[in-house]
Amino acid sequence: MPETLLEVEGLKKHFPIRSGLLQKQTGSVKAVDDVSFTLNKGETLGLVGESGCGKSTTGRMLMRLLEPTEGKIIFDGKDLTKISKSEMRKARKDIQMVFQDPFASLNPRHTVERIIEEPLIVHGLGNKQERKKRVKELLDIVGLSSYHAGRYPHQFSGGQRQRIGIARALAVNPKLIIADEPVSALDVSIQSQVLNLLDDLQKEFDLTYLFVAHDLGVVRHISDRVAVMYLGKIVEISDGDQLYEQPKHPYTQALLSAVPVADPDYKKERIILGGDVPSASNPPKGCPFHTRCPMAMSICKEVVPNLQEVEQGHLTACHLYGESK
Amino acid sequence: MDKPILEVKELKTHFLTDNGSVPAVDGIDFHLNDGEVLGIVGESGSGKSVTSLSIMQLVGQPGKIVDGEILFDGEDLVKASEKRMRQVRGGKIGMIFQEPMTSLNPVYKIGNQLVEALRIHKKMSKDAARKRAIEIMKLVGLPRAEDLMNDYPHQLSGGMRQRVMIAMAMICEPKILIADEPTTALDVTIQAQILDLMKKLNHELNTSIIMITHDLGVVSEVCDRIAVMYAGRIVEEGETKSLLRNPQHPYTKGLVESIPDVRYKKERLYSIPGNVPTPGSVKKGCPFAARCAFAFDKCSEDSPILIDLGDNHRVRCLLHEEENGAELLQTSMK
Repeated sequence: MPETLLEVEGLKKHFPIRSGLLQKQTGSVKAVDDVSFTLNKGETLGLVGESGCGKSTTGRMLMRLLEPTEGKIIFDGKDLTKISKSEMRKARKDIQMVFQDPFASLNPRHTVERIIEEPLIVHGLGNKQERKKRVKELLDIVGLSSYHAGRYPHQFSGGQRQRIGIARALAVNPKLIIADEPVSALDVSIQSQVLNLLDDLQKEFDLTYLFVAHDLGVVRHISDRVAVMYLGKIVEISDGDQLYEQPKHPYTQALLSAVPVADPDYKKERIILGGDVPSASNPPKGCPFHTRCPMAMSICKEVVPNLQEVEQGHLTACHLYGESK
Repeated sequence: MDKPILEVKELKTHFLTDNGSVPAVDGIDFHLNDGEVLGIVGESGSGKSVTSLSIMQLVGQPGKIVDGEILFDGEDLVKASEKRMRQVRGGKIGMIFQEPMTSLNPVYKIGNQLVEALRIHKKMSKDAARKRAIEIMKLVGLPRAEDLMNDYPHQLSGGMRQRVMIAMAMICEPKILIADEPTTALDVTIQAQILDLMKKLNHELNTSIIMITHDLGVVSEVCDRIAVMYAGRIVEEGETKSLLRNPQHPYTKGLVESIPDVRYKKERLYSIPGNVPTPGSVKKGCPFAARCAFAFDKCSEDSPILIDLGDNHRVRCLLHEEENGAELLQTSMK
């Protein structure tokens, strides 16, 4: 029986829109709107979607880098939304993050040693010598050399910097790593190095990943389960192979068909969606996808579909699959 | 026989810095046939963007074309005067860039930016230019074309901005469209729309296209032929089908195998060890030798030349000079 590490329930983030002289709230951007999922120990959940769908906001809320508007984040039995800021700081020992831009997320004035050591200092782990030893160990784990410790971030390539970011996240032995687009800034040949590293680390340290990305190929490769987001909502969530081979939601189907494949012999029916993603400050009534959906029915304009199980472990929010199971 | 509309011969673009000359593009040859879509593929620092800027004579200081010819319809653009280049840019060769927001002027209305090219190149009247601008906006699939003329770039979404860029590049009906990573900043569903549009322009207006990208998937969808660049050189060139089905350069082969596939889960991704060398750092031998799974003693000594494998397929690899080189390449990489 898989052990649940993280349970997210009805998570919402609404950013207020203020206008006028008195800065009265005149509306809100519903960046994340009622998202629920669970994450089992040792698994990787991929969170995919296009820009503005709320996938990064979701990741940030789990760390409480952004305060959720509503909802529960139950991590290891504790609701993270209920605890104080100082308790949260302690809880972050178990949840670490790897960021997208390896150029912006490392302090350019600190040496690599100082960067990797920082979480250890923050959480009061070890003395100076032990920390130094740990840094060397971590550099070795992520495929860098111990002589790199004294260098500065600008002396490294993008792929190496991302390795430093990963070493920093690993420093405090976290249970969960939230990786927000960790390979999207990297070249293809470097991307596969980092993906393989993440794979190896997961096996070695029994890590759980929440992997946020827009690249569907990368997500398929790394994830056990995948959730697809659109306009702040999860529209489909399932086991990875199942989702890629038998997508249920019309948005997932269109998304998958739009991915260019580097195989000239591969012929596929491409679904080209018209228009753009609507604004999250004024989402369409009913199903958020109905304005672009090739299969929209009249009910879609009125009623928001619920996420429901259509097959064992395969949930989708679409009226095509009826309201009852 | 296909007639080339653009021929690049022995092009060398170097950046003359305080630390010496950096060869960003180090002797490349390729041609673009009339009505063809050519993909130039490479990772960052391979020289693909510098190649496109060289064609347009837009390489800024301290970059300089130090050698070679760029023949457009028989005319050498390297020797062309600045005045002539102004006629060529936008008029004969259109270009679109990766980030549409930084290539559009934020303080001018879309309409003004679109008609500018017509007023300059075609000396059209304001009314005629406006009419033509609306026509081209409709052609590239922009909705509400009349209203959009009065909008500013920030009012449009990323996909629409890229359509405006394409409209601007296409408005004078150029013979060649150079697209430098046109879909990299876009979401995958929007990317599909833009790629579809580029194929349409190629078919309906017979515009020849040079597509510069790092994404082999994009290339496979739209290009007839591909040139793969590494460290300022073309390492492999061929028709899309044969090149992707049967890559003959270890680098191309490594790239193809390191892409995660949406169709199935690979057990483990192949990864090319190490990093792309900084231009000019490899003085002797093949620049890929240090990362190559097939490198042998010759590779660190001799500079490989482009070998013709027949069927328009050329490769720059010493392995193909060896007797059993091609077979060796077929053995899978660890």
